[in-house]
Amino acid sequence: MLNKLFQFIKGAVHHITHGGRVYYMWVAFLLLLIAWGGYGYSNQFREGLIVTSMRDQVMWGFYIGNFTFLVGVAAAAVVLVIPAYIYHWGPIYEIVIIGELLAISAIIMCLGFVSVDIGRPDRFTHIMPLIGSLNWPRSMLAWDVLVLNMYLILNVSIVSHILWRAFHGREPSKGFVVPLVLFSIPAAVSIHSVTAFLYSGLGGRPFWNDAILAPRFLASAFCSGPAIILILLQILRKTAGLNIKDAAIQKIAELMAYAIAINLFFLGAELFKEYYSDTNHITHAQYLYFGLKGATGLGIYAWTSVAANVVALVLFLVPATRNNFFTLNVGCVLLYVGVYIEKGIGLVIPGLTPDTLGEIYEYVPTRHEMQVAAGVFGLGFLAFTVMIKVAIPVALGKLTYKPRDGEVLPAEPVEHAV
Amino acid sequence: MADTSPNPQDLDPNAVHGCASGGSCGCSGGTDDVSEADMDAPMDGNQVMGTYYDGGKIENRSMGGLALTRREFATSMGIVTGAIAAAGCSGDALEVFKQTRLREMTQPQVKEFLARLEREYKAKYNTDITVGATPPAEGVKFAYALDLSRCIGCRRCVHACVKENNQSRPNPEGEHNNPIQWIKVLEMEKEKGINLEEADPYYNPDKVPREGHFYMPVACQQCENPPCTKVCPVQATWKEADGIVVIDYDWCIGCRYCMVACPYGARRFNWAEPHLPQKDINPNTHVLGNRPRSKGVVEKCTWCIQRVRNGRYPACVEICPVGARKFGNLNDPHGEIRAVLENKRVYILKEDLNTQPKFFYFFGV
Ligand code: SF4
Ligand code: SF4
Repeated sequence: MLNKLFQFIKGAVHHITHGGRVYYMWVAFLLLLIAWGGYGYSNQFREGLIVTSMRDQVMWGFYIGNFTFLVGVAAAAVVLVIPAYIYHWGPIYEIVIIGELLAISAIIMCLGFVSVDIGRPDRFTHIMPLIGSLNWPRSMLAWDVLVLNMYLILNVSIVSHILWRAFHGREPSKGFVVPLVLFSIPAAVSIHSVTAFLYSGLGGRPFWNDAILAPRFLASAFCSGPAIILILLQILRKTAGLNIKDAAIQKIAELMAYAIAINLFFLGAELFKEYYSDTNHITHAQYLYFGLKGATGLGIYAWTSVAANVVALVLFLVPATRNNFFTLNVGCVLLYVGVYIEKGIGLVIPGLTPDTLGEIYEYVPTRHEMQVAAGVFGLGFLAFTVMIKVAIPVALGKLTYKPRDGEVLPAEPVEHAV
Repeated sequence: MADTSPNPQDLDPNAVHGCASGGSCGCSGGTDDVSEADMDAPMDGNQVMGTYYDGGKIENRSMGGLALTRREFATSMGIVTGAIAAAGCSGDALEVFKQTRLREMTQPQVKEFLARLEREYKAKYNTDITVGATPPAEGVKFAYALDLSRCIGCRRCVHACVKENNQSRPNPEGEHNNPIQWIKVLEMEKEKGINLEEADPYYNPDKVPREGHFYMPVACQQCENPPCTKVCPVQATWKEADGIVVIDYDWCIGCRYCMVACPYGARRFNWAEPHLPQKDINPNTHVLGNRPRSKGVVEKCTWCIQRVRNGRYPACVEICPVGARKFGNLNDPHGEIRAVLENKRVYILKEDLNTQPKFFYFFGV
């Protein structure tokens, strides 16, 4: 066992440290980002969160916005696994692995963003299950800690199992993987719903206190998550020799068209409610889209988001543009941008502006916040790069266990690919 | 937040005493003696779930059934960190690792904890600060009433509160200026009525009250159904038996979810290290109230828990030059609060949210 593990680590290190020029440059770039972000964070750690532009009126900002967006990415990445099964897309386990690794990286970034947001990171044990004093089941944040960790463990288990088996040149055990993959689907829904409830459960924040928030979260996640995967699949089949059929990619795109349409419909329903009823609670939507009392900081982002989502819908709906890889990729990028704004600052900031006593404090992230955020993103991207760099050779049978001379391996039962 | 001090030369702060406005202060339940007696009372030292004044009442933690309690865990951590201590770390620094929640401490542990705080404050501020832990008195439920027709918006209460409660002071020369005030006075136009969207917290005229305006001071409403305590992921904030919502500054992780949940903008965050010059310190403190706070934790109004549990009025009640502020025991049928509730028109801020504030606005005339 130890010998196997040693071989695996040796092989993994070899693959991580060997790559083309682009790979080295990419990794160097990510390491630089992480160092830059880490430096920014050390300032924040010393001075306090005063180096951000969050204040008592707008106490959550860019960090929590990114967290919210990334929970969606983590959730949606895994859901791709269902159509992969239903439609029998070529290398099914490879798609599962990519989805799960993306989910793992997204959760790493989520945990990163929560960590940089808290005022007393030295007290992180207080929020750890069992060791701390988790306010469960009352606090939605406690729920979020639990479901995110559960989801992380789930994904790590599935991927490790598939890869460990592949390392031995064996098929994954269906009895182990299939139930876990199936379970990861409701788990994915749960992490995103709980994150939505974090907001929608607050009576004092009318912009969020809305039953449609959780469905909207899911709809938008099914836009942004697959948008990332589509691009990743294209990159990986070029660079890593994955055999992914065009048909699979087009099928994902088709499914995404529904998600975009539903997401826009939900947005419309929300806007109708706000503007037709025209109560005092409209101030938040008004601030987001049109500005309030001369404060117009978010308008440009809000409209960019709406426009990006609408154009993406057209690109994904029309078969000609959907099947053309250039326009498809443009659509993916637009979708990513649209949802990033909508579920990030477009959700957090207007929910807090004007504040509960009617004051308008215009929050604009400081350069410092961007720096720290860049570091967290760098960390997530690096985790993904490194994991995929090892996972793909293993999955493709290029990194396998070589028994020592004379070692007898047990016979394996015959299993078929799904 | 801008530090706006209205020019008060037209107001005689001594003209009307808040305390003089009603003799029946109902808050005489808790005294220092009670607290001492309570502290020294024989108690079960082995009771892991014992709390600093009320062994049974507080609901069990989620992990209550587990064999290894956090204290035991912390103690084993202590063994590990013992090596660090041997290498020259002070005993107090080590204590921080073994920290448990105040609510879980046994009484001897509380005593030890308060003594440690006093030592730390002495070292940090070079002043003797006493940290008390007077528990809630039996049968007392505090409540507050504020007369909107009397308040003139002079902000005396705001500044008396800052002095009493050791908030971070303005520090314009320093690297970070992060003054904290717990009370926010809103100026509103009489024509528009109580309308938060139109309210101005930064009014700064030469004289108050301004023609055509009225004033609405807002601080923590000490909700009976507080959303802030519900959302705290680590149970660092809770409602005490006498109705005061408090924060364990040594347990708060600074996630600010409670601030997001509070519908009254009552909570403040220490965005930077608080600026509290030695000369400004109020040395009489309560562990859940006005003791000096650290960077990265949340704080808010506690109705001067260090005063009211010892039979005194909150500082804002005492300072108010027009006697707009009333305070007392809601359970006292002859108290000021019940008199207001029975005889005046009362307004509850955001009543529709069912937070059930124990802070009542009323119209005296
Ligand atoms: S006013 Fe805000 S801080 Fe005070 S008890 Fe109510 S919700 Fe909590
Ligand atoms: S900021 Fe502190 S008191 Fe508030 S919810 Fe977070 S941990 Fe609890």
